[in-house]
Amino acid sequence: MSVNDVIMQAMRENGIDFVTTVPCKQLAGVIEKIEQADDMRHVPANREDEGMGLCAGAYMGGAKPAIIMQNTAIGVTINALATLIQFYRMPLPMLISYRGEVGEPVACQVEMAVHTKALLDQLSIPTYHFHKPEDAQETSAILSHCFMARKPVALLMDATFWKGA
Amino acid sequence: MIRSDVLKTLIPIISDELVVTNIGLPSQEMHLLDDQPSNFYMLGTMGLASSIGLGLALAQDKKVIAVDGDGSVLMNFGTLPTIANNQAPNFILLIIDNGSYGSTGDQTTYTGMKTSLAEVARACGCDNVVECAAEDTKDEVVKALAGEQMTIIISKCESGNIKVPVIEMDPVVIKDRFMKAVNA
Repeated sequence: MSVNDVIMQAMRENGIDFVTTVPCKQLAGVIEKIEQADDMRHVPANREDEGMGLCAGAYMGGAKPAIIMQNTAIGVTINALATLIQFYRMPLPMLISYRGEVGEPVACQVEMAVHTKALLDQLSIPTYHFHKPEDAQETSAILSHCFMARKPVALLMDATFWKGA
Repeated sequence: MIRSDVLKTLIPIISDELVVTNIGLPSQEMHLLDDQPSNFYMLGTMGLASSIGLGLALAQDKKVIAVDGDGSVLMNFGTLPTIANNQAPNFILLIIDNGSYGSTGDQTTYTGMKTSLAEVARACGCDNVVECAAEDTKDEVVKALAGEQMTIIISKCESGNIKVPVIEMDPVVIKDRFMKAVNA
């Protein structure tokens, strides 16, 4: 099974029914599957902090949300994470394309990659780094952990992982 | 009329509705005028009231009114195409447009200069956009609540603020009682 299918299955196992996305080349496959899924509402966002607002509202409306984005988004979402998701204590699974790791062709992506884990750590956000395609098997348990803890949780999925797409 | 005057006129009609209020004075004024479990007060995160309201409206069937400001919509312009392209017939975005950043000392915003939020919203594809004078806001909200389509109301009012205390309620309490009101 491709990692895209494992991720979709994990989201379904956790009842995720509201997904907002800002695309990344590595995420194209999974975003297409979400768009086609009848059991998930897909709301593309223009910026990731807007997406977090959508997820917060959907959560309070009874949905189980998730956001799919690139790690560069950490730069524009710190305030939304701290003053909305964490302050009000809401769950938010963040499935993150981790650009700028080994295999990255675009030098600029490395500039945010070197800050990504430090920023997540500074925010005390539980963070999991998927490096091999088989790491996808942990997705379901991590999503479940996120909703149990009512916290934002980051899944960083790097280029080597996406070779399994 | 200033924003708090407009909010006062709305209390009798929105008191029992799900209301998401923008950071700063709009939340504090609503809290002072008519604190309700069905009010979600934003204590931070400027710009996201309309996004929270849309997400809430998409996830359930009750009417949702987001009380936003011109400065906050200017900060999160990306919200307008998202509202236009994700149909939520139960969503009302009320933008109190006083042409200023009221919570920070009434500095002029661009809507107090050349920019028209109504024209921007229409250009973004929002179908049902109404701009009205402050004193007509209540009638427009009544109409929108009775209707079955997403409505953006831009209420043009004067700049100015009343003295209001900050909200000391715990954010988790605000969320918890709001979610119970959503489910009631």
